[in-house]
Amino acid sequence: MSIRKIAATIGAVIVLGVAIMAVFAPWLVPHDPFAQDLNLRLVPPSFMEGGQADHFLGTDQLGRDYFSRLIYGARISMLIGVATVITSGLIGITLGMLGGFIGGRADMVVMFIITCRLSIPLILVALAVVSLIGSSLTVVVMTLGLLLWERFAVVTRTTVMQVRNLDYVSAAWAAGCSRTHILLREVLPNIVHHLVVVATLEMAIAILLEAALSFLGLGVPPPLPSWGLMISEAKDYMFFSPWVIMVPGVALFTLVLGINFLGDGLRDMLGATRDA
Amino acid sequence: MLVFLARRLVVALLVTLTVLTVSFALTRLSGDLAIAIAGPQATSADIEIIRKAYGLDRPVVIQFFDWVWSAARGDLGRSYLYHEPVANLIRDRLPVTLTLGITGLLIALCTAIPIGIIAAMKEGTLWDRGLMTISVIGQAMPSFWLGLLLIITFGLKLGWLPISGVDDWDGYVLPGIVLAFSAIPAMMRLTRSGMVDALASDYIRTARAKGLSRASIVLKHAARNAAMPVVAVAAVQLGFMLSGSIVIESVFALHGVGYLGWESISKNDFPVVQAVVLFLATIYIVLTLLSDLLNAFLDPRLRTS
Repeated sequence: MSIRKIAATIGAVIVLGVAIMAVFAPWLVPHDPFAQDLNLRLVPPSFMEGGQADHFLGTDQLGRDYFSRLIYGARISMLIGVATVITSGLIGITLGMLGGFIGGRADMVVMFIITCRLSIPLILVALAVVSLIGSSLTVVVMTLGLLLWERFAVVTRTTVMQVRNLDYVSAAWAAGCSRTHILLREVLPNIVHHLVVVATLEMAIAILLEAALSFLGLGVPPPLPSWGLMISEAKDYMFFSPWVIMVPGVALFTLVLGINFLGDGLRDMLGATRDA
Repeated sequence: MLVFLARRLVVALLVTLTVLTVSFALTRLSGDLAIAIAGPQATSADIEIIRKAYGLDRPVVIQFFDWVWSAARGDLGRSYLYHEPVANLIRDRLPVTLTLGITGLLIALCTAIPIGIIAAMKEGTLWDRGLMTISVIGQAMPSFWLGLLLIITFGLKLGWLPISGVDDWDGYVLPGIVLAFSAIPAMMRLTRSGMVDALASDYIRTARAKGLSRASIVLKHAARNAAMPVVAVAAVQLGFMLSGSIVIESVFALHGVGYLGWESISKNDFPVVQAVVLFLATIYIVLTLLSDLLNAFLDPRLRTS
């Protein structure tokens, strides 16, 4: 197997593993992820010195079981990733199809909207919106979905332009198909492999961005165990017990790496472009 | 060229106006500012006083035009928190953010271009694949986490570099590395693909036929052509870096523009938030415009499109 195939397989295993963790979290956790025990604060992981067999990855600053919180955190990351991809995909694909298929004035408008979106300072505006509406999981998902669609739009627009003059589209026109029919039944299925690859990239970006927002204190509200929030809450203790930021950080890094490996593998397999 | 320039300028202006409108609308539609400023303990009478005092009782459209008109004349309003003109606040914080952005950009260029060239020269080998895999790994690294790891390693364990603040030049090293990290993978790929194209082109074959040394071919002929798009993209990257530096500034406690934005968001200091959004957006738009013009200057074919 080539390096790329190995990487894609590793990626698929990681993503599947985290997805299973997310779905079956309540049955997998050894402890209640929200139960505090102030007598057992910052217990190191069981494989380190001073660890307890009962707490595999130790406990946090409030004595909550770190492993259980990590498993529940997978739920948040996966939910953010999937929901953002759906929202931003709907917006971006619609815009990209309008611009790419109709062309002319419509395309100019779409390009203008994309340029505007790129000029908006992403993190700052996301922080401001979440802060004003009040932080909750739904608000974070909606904000990211409304802000992260530009890659979908760019790739859809470019690929639709490549497809729209091909013979089978002309044949469909000649056969008297409606515009909607051609867009949804002829064009969309032939660009969907590009969109799948964009979706993986977008999912990785959304997960990283949620972690960054939560780290800055304006993402998912406590006591929800978002991995970014876990790093943020633990950073005051990192000088004496560095593992408190290692555990959620490694989880976040591994998941995003897995998604990227999977995306690269899909790109090679499907012959799609990933670069906007 | 003049027509091209004029058209680009008009588009840039329109984009700036749209971004302004959207960011203004977002902050006004997503909540009542007066309630946010007054805080949770305020009575409804307090809220009314605040609404009057800050002019928030006027129609939103009028507030918007009022703000745009002042902003166009260079008056960005006053901070609710510091009781100082916002323009002064941004001016004081700007050197930190600019130094950080440029440090990050330089580190990124100096790392990405050589690595991209090496990958292209070894195209298809294990070296090439290995370097590209590293770039994927780099993309997966959460920047704030990388920052904390560097603080623990170089600041605390080894004691080589300061862990926060920028009293001296060495305070910029760690944040600069973190900022560069996010830009390196894309730049690396761009250099590599440019270099692969350049190495396969006719002028390189001519250079080989002339019997030039390998070093001269790669560095003088191919790399110069391959690096051109990377340098043009560098302007846009700098724009992304400046607006992304908010996370890194907060990790390293650097009091730059990003930190100012973050602070004012958490303290409901809205004139500052709006001004920082406008400021970062304008910088990005200007840098993109410059990069477009640079490209058009270098490649006349682009001027017609």
